Amino acid sequence: MAARTSTFPLSREQVEQISNWQGDPEWARERRLTAWEIAEATPLPDSSTDEPWRRTNLRRAKWKQMVNIVEPQSHSIDEVPEALYRPLIGEQQGGLLVFVDGVLVRSELSETIEEQGVIFTDLQSATIEHPDILEEWWAAEAGDPSDGKFAAIHSAIWTHGVVLIVPDNTHVELPLHSVEYSTGTRTTGMHIMVVLGENASATYLHESASPEGEDLIFHTHATELTVGDNSNLRYVALQNWGQNVYNFGHQRGRVGQNAQLDWVDGQMGTRLTKIFMNLDLDGDDSFGRISGLYFAENKQHLDLDTQQNHHALRTTSDLLYKGALQGDSRSVWQGMIMVDPGAQQTDGFQANRNLILERTARADSIPGLEIAADDVACTHAATIGKLDETELFYLMSRGIPREAAMRMVVLGFFDPVLQRIPFEEVQERLRASIEAKLQNRG
Amino acid sequence: MTAALEIRNLHVDIEDQAILKGLDLTVKQGEVHALMGPNGSGKSTLAYTLMGHPDYEVTQGQVIFDGQDLLEMEADERSQAGLFLAFQYPVAIPGVTLANFLRQSINAHRKAQDPEDPGMPIPEFRRMLKSKMDMLQMDHGFAGRYLNEGFSGGEKKRAEILQLAALDPKIAILDETDSGLDIDALRVVSDGVNALRSENLGVLVITHYQRILNYIQPDFVHVMLDGRIAESGGPELAMQLEEQGYEWIRGQAD
Repeated sequence: MAARTSTFPLSREQVEQISNWQGDPEWARERRLTAWEIAEATPLPDSSTDEPWRRTNLRRAKWKQMVNIVEPQSHSIDEVPEALYRPLIGEQQGGLLVFVDGVLVRSELSETIEEQGVIFTDLQSATIEHPDILEEWWAAEAGDPSDGKFAAIHSAIWTHGVVLIVPDNTHVELPLHSVEYSTGTRTTGMHIMVVLGENASATYLHESASPEGEDLIFHTHATELTVGDNSNLRYVALQNWGQNVYNFGHQRGRVGQNAQLDWVDGQMGTRLTKIFMNLDLDGDDSFGRISGLYFAENKQHLDLDTQQNHHALRTTSDLLYKGALQGDSRSVWQGMIMVDPGAQQTDGFQANRNLILERTARADSIPGLEIAADDVACTHAATIGKLDETELFYLMSRGIPREAAMRMVVLGFFDPVLQRIPFEEVQERLRASIEAKLQNRG
Repeated sequence: MTAALEIRNLHVDIEDQAILKGLDLTVKQGEVHALMGPNGSGKSTLAYTLMGHPDYEVTQGQVIFDGQDLLEMEADERSQAGLFLAFQYPVAIPGVTLANFLRQSINAHRKAQDPEDPGMPIPEFRRMLKSKMDMLQMDHGFAGRYLNEGFSGGEKKRAEILQLAALDPKIAILDETDSGLDIDALRVVSDGVNALRSENLGVLVITHYQRILNYIQPDFVHVMLDGRIAESGGPELAMQLEEQGYEWIRGQAD
């Protein structure tokens, strides 16, 4: 094989530097360096040979420009738009963690929730305060260096994260919220780790955002959600990075017996996104729902690889991604439902629906099923379509101008997914950013 | 001044096929006209053309609405000027609630009158919507449902008349509003239209069957054959058609 023209610029010295800046305890430093060794030994994915990367070619990625390992600066919450961290319901904040360029600038947790024994803290503090918990859970579900080149890089360079631990028999009433904001100059890695014990429940929203910038910037993330038996987690992640960000992520939700995971994923920003997302239905009668939306424009490239893994009896998975595309953007959705032998009475559903707003945009939608049990109901649907002129004419015939009619149809297209976000104000913010993108249309 | 819809020598093609071949018809505010004709005579083509559907190409003729050249206007402008079409096949708009849609329509109309208009206040809108829904015996829950999605045939037609009532047009075209309705639904829809009848509303009832005219009594009846008006008269013409069928007119026209 010919030598790769593109290598990933990350040295052991840089990883040691990050570790110093972060103030890692020794064991965490070891983890980074081990991850770095794996990253070094793992080639960059090749779209001509690596199936999951066939539609995302990284050969011309300008890694040297976008990987910017620099010392964290001091930051303040005043740098973050207020709308991003306002209380989600009423006046009261359940819990709030805000990061700027990977640096924690706000940490709040209501007394009630603290008294319940809930841990909601930043990852850096957790490495010192809760090493035992991290030992057990960290990267157990996603972001293990062996998951791939970018998982290994992530484990070597992570800069910030959130740890949410909800004990058995504990119901967190108020929503928890984290925000990572980037000024757009520092490479950061975000790691989210959520563990719900048995018979517990929580609602958690994570948002990422940065203003538009000229310089490309590399970012990694990992998300691991573990939902214990008879528990219920609502998790909403909204990404609105500037279109100069390259974002690589590994995510997994693991659902125990008779437990539920309701996962909403919003992808609005980045120049390039590649995410591997897994939903593992481990326990009998477990249920997982993934509701996603994306809206790509300009040269945005969003590649989502989702897998619904049914491992037990009578499990249900329900995945729906809705996307709109304009400009020269492209989306790729590759979905797979895997049913283990013996995972009888599985009910698996996956759908991806795309709205192409301009002919220059392109969506690839590739559903897949791998079923090793015989008593299952698995279905998939993939559609790629244009705006329906009949719908526009109907709205216009009631006096609504064409542009407004188009906005209504597009917002209507996303509405079923928006409705699954349990915060009205967050829904409104997303609607506003959808409308703003529509305004940019050529 | 009384507004009128004046159609003069209208010729319309769809995909290079001539459908309307010189149609003349005038409907004034305060009048109810019935336009009857067999399938394929061009009735729905006329309805869509008047509302400005982009698939229909006017090759000749003129339509003047309230003194303006209707054919120069986009569909939204036609609506804002006071023209309304109750669709034979109302379109489902997933994700847009009936209430949201109606409010946007009303506000678009208000804005067309006055660019500074801030829109109808929500409490006023709610009151208006409830009273019109009551008139059409519609469950208030419909307001929160996605427009026409999963509506039955009768519910769709009621929703059309609800829009007619809310938008208060000068001239309304009802395109086969009776199709697919059972007798009870037909009565409710017709009662709704009759309640709206006034000297400020002109109505063009397009229908294949005479049945709806038992409920909405027309002042004038026109029979359309092969893209033209073949015969015009009073309500008795509809009765005659019911008895003798379209063949009778065809015989006369030849």
